[in-house]
Amino acid sequence: MDSIWPQLERLLPQVAKPARYIGLEDGAYVATRTPEKAGWLLIYPDTYEIGLPNQGLQILYEILNERTDAFAERTYAPWTDLGALLRTNGLPLFSVDSHTSAASFDLLAFNLSAELVYTNLLECIDLAGVPVRAAERKASDPLVVVGGHCTYNPEPIADFVDLVVLGDGEEVVSEISVVVAEWKASGRGDDSRTHVLRELSHIEGVYVPSMYDVTYEGPAIRAVTPRYPDVPERVEKRTVADLADWPYPKRQLVPLTEVVHDRLNVEVFRGCTRGCRFCQAGMITRPVRERPADQVRTMVSEGLRRTGYDEVALTSLSTADFSGIEQVVAATVADQPNGNQVSVSLPSLRVDAFTVGIAAEIQKARRTGLTFAPEAGTWRMRQVINKLITEEDLFAAVDSAYSQGWRRMKLYFLTGLPTETDVDTLGIADLARRCLALGKNHHSSPSVTISVGGYVPKPFTPFQWFGQNTQVELQRKINLLRDNLRRDRGVALKWHDSKASVIEGLMSRGDRRLGPVIEDVWRKGGTFQEWSECFDFTNWTDALETHGLSLEWYVYRHREEHEVLPWDHLSAGLHKDFLWQDWRDALAEVGLPDCRWTPCYDCGACTGYGIEHVVASAKPPAGGSQGTGQQLVFLGRKPEPVGA
Amino acid sequence: MRVRFRFTKHGKVRFTSHRDVARLWERALRRASLPVALTEGFSPRPKVHFGLALSTGHESMGEYLDVDLRPDDVGSVVVDDLPGLLSPLLPPGLEVTLAALADRTEDSLQQAVTLCSWRIEVPDLHVDCLSDEVAKLLARSSVEVTRERKGKAVTDDIRPYVHLLEVVDGVLFAELGTQPRGLRPGELLAAFEAPATEGLVCRTHQWISTDGARREPLAAA
Repeated sequence: MDSIWPQLERLLPQVAKPARYIGLEDGAYVATRTPEKAGWLLIYPDTYEIGLPNQGLQILYEILNERTDAFAERTYAPWTDLGALLRTNGLPLFSVDSHTSAASFDLLAFNLSAELVYTNLLECIDLAGVPVRAAERKASDPLVVVGGHCTYNPEPIADFVDLVVLGDGEEVVSEISVVVAEWKASGRGDDSRTHVLRELSHIEGVYVPSMYDVTYEGPAIRAVTPRYPDVPERVEKRTVADLADWPYPKRQLVPLTEVVHDRLNVEVFRGCTRGCRFCQAGMITRPVRERPADQVRTMVSEGLRRTGYDEVALTSLSTADFSGIEQVVAATVADQPNGNQVSVSLPSLRVDAFTVGIAAEIQKARRTGLTFAPEAGTWRMRQVINKLITEEDLFAAVDSAYSQGWRRMKLYFLTGLPTETDVDTLGIADLARRCLALGKNHHSSPSVTISVGGYVPKPFTPFQWFGQNTQVELQRKINLLRDNLRRDRGVALKWHDSKASVIEGLMSRGDRRLGPVIEDVWRKGGTFQEWSECFDFTNWTDALETHGLSLEWYVYRHREEHEVLPWDHLSAGLHKDFLWQDWRDALAEVGLPDCRWTPCYDCGACTGYGIEHVVASAKPPAGGSQGTGQQLVFLGRKPEPVGA
Repeated sequence: MRVRFRFTKHGKVRFTSHRDVARLWERALRRASLPVALTEGFSPRPKVHFGLALSTGHESMGEYLDVDLRPDDVGSVVVDDLPGLLSPLLPPGLEVTLAALADRTEDSLQQAVTLCSWRIEVPDLHVDCLSDEVAKLLARSSVEVTRERKGKAVTDDIRPYVHLLEVVDGVLFAELGTQPRGLRPGELLAAFEAPATEGLVCRTHQWISTDGARREPLAAA
């Protein structure tokens, strides 16, 4: 295949940050293309700086390139300047590895981690020269595959994708490669596209939207049914049982230009069972699978040596819960692979003094800011969302941090949560003020920054039935906080655009009727919608009106218990009646402990797939809070199977 | 102990910025386990000193970098081996061509270099037209241009910065002064009467002038 580099090279002096498009990263593969191999173009539909560090994409890139029947290259969404230049010069989307045209690959595989990138998905497909609607694609066109957290409800983009992968991709990409390689060997005849899609629908974890019919009853969905008897009625997610078998990425990509998370990243565990009810990631990635501590240590020291980075992040949904945390941290600080001090970062800190102790261990220098996520301003609200952090935990953590040299605290909160009243919203300001007061005992000018996001209900969480706060209501709450904190020097308030939260909510729980809305917004140039300078709310509301759809129905409305949800034919392993019971418990302000260290309450994630938590230590980590060192009985009922 | 490196920047990697190249060097030096001296304080940084910035998109045959090594740990470092050690640790297109001990008492690269030689492709202009523009510009005693410096519009005479300007085989060769402000190839072309934009630009040499004579910070062997 020909490289478009000679033509591209002439355009790059005209665009911002041209190093985004040159490839050459250390760790990149020079893939050998042969006609027999299934060729994957892995696409992160946001800028290079955001997409390059994505671990999921890098893991699949390595696994595919280690196979003999497949190869993989990568690309990212070209920024609007290059997108326009590509169109005026008649050039296609290209891979950054070999600058080969996207349409020359057999699969365009998108990593979708946020709903607002959906219009970029269409932009990339179109720039590739492929019809944006799956129904219009021919046998010669690539298959469009999507995976990632958003795709647990892929219905809004069902018109544009050929297949959806649910859950961990490590195993399933190989199974897809085998089928696609056979399809290529068969010569990809004129009517072979439907055949290969039907074949792919037999792979566990693969959902082919075009193999299902959706029927409606007024505005509601009556049923989603497979069109053929061999197509599964319900598609279950894929789960890798043991991370120890998957020590990827083995050669993390080191970019030539600055990106987010520009450091070595080592995933220490996947899954989370804290059970925070707003958190989709914690629900859909169960059970907990820890990487063995000695494997983490090897990946850290090898990775630092190979990349030359002086910083490593131990990643997971809550790294302080990793049972080998103390061992790994001590080893990393002692190893110093490049003869220099290595800094370790824990991107998601638990709120307690034990965690601050670990942070102190690893951050000898540069103690500037620490971030905690209490998520809600009152204990009542935190019981509703099952983020069981007491005020004592939070203040102990903050006091400990201030006393050990940190001066800036950053606290994350959500507003617009179920049952939230203004007392809860203003509780956020109150907590911030009390944290600042603690800081004044240790420093002359401490600071507290509170970052407030509008809550967006997500599929496969207990809050999937909850009617999201309206844009007006979310904005009112943000204003309430802003006014309340106006006189507080030392407390800074940051918030997310409430309009963007509403559109995220629209996509999060939408159905197939939103396809034309997404297409309209994209045709009006609405790309990069997660970037505030590009986001255009009116584009979305206009498109909804054009197609006779409303935010009221899709976003603001509470769902009924027995309503057919657009994603009911997909499964993240969680029993729907477990989620419903947890929703009722939330409304009753009843907490649920972490099942890693308490008896099983049968959410379905382990039992349904015959797998178990992989936790190195059966003992909860010392000094913890939720589900760890505390008595939990007072928080509510003891764990017991629900809805069995 | 200070080591001065000379390196090239060619091909795709020319689209990285000056800051990007600095980060690439820092990682390569760590990967090579060289005993690079660190700054004092809470956020120790490696003591590396870069020369004049090269614009993103320009190639170079002669970029420079000074690296200070910890005097107690330099025993194992063989300076002549460093180009072969470091080139594979840098991306393709960044190639270390020379390394030599440098005198720490000398001026920094940014102060010492007073002149750069450039090879400038001007695809918009026919060779006759280009030669004509060169002759016209050289004939003028002053060339006032307004250009942006640190966000402010500044008008000055660029003629004293133009030390040599000639067309060879249809390509523009220039020697442009760097002190106090430096003249960029694009700014030179903007002073032509005919509209011209730069094509591929390559910095071929950097020069240090002392007592009327000039030399490169590290002479190519």
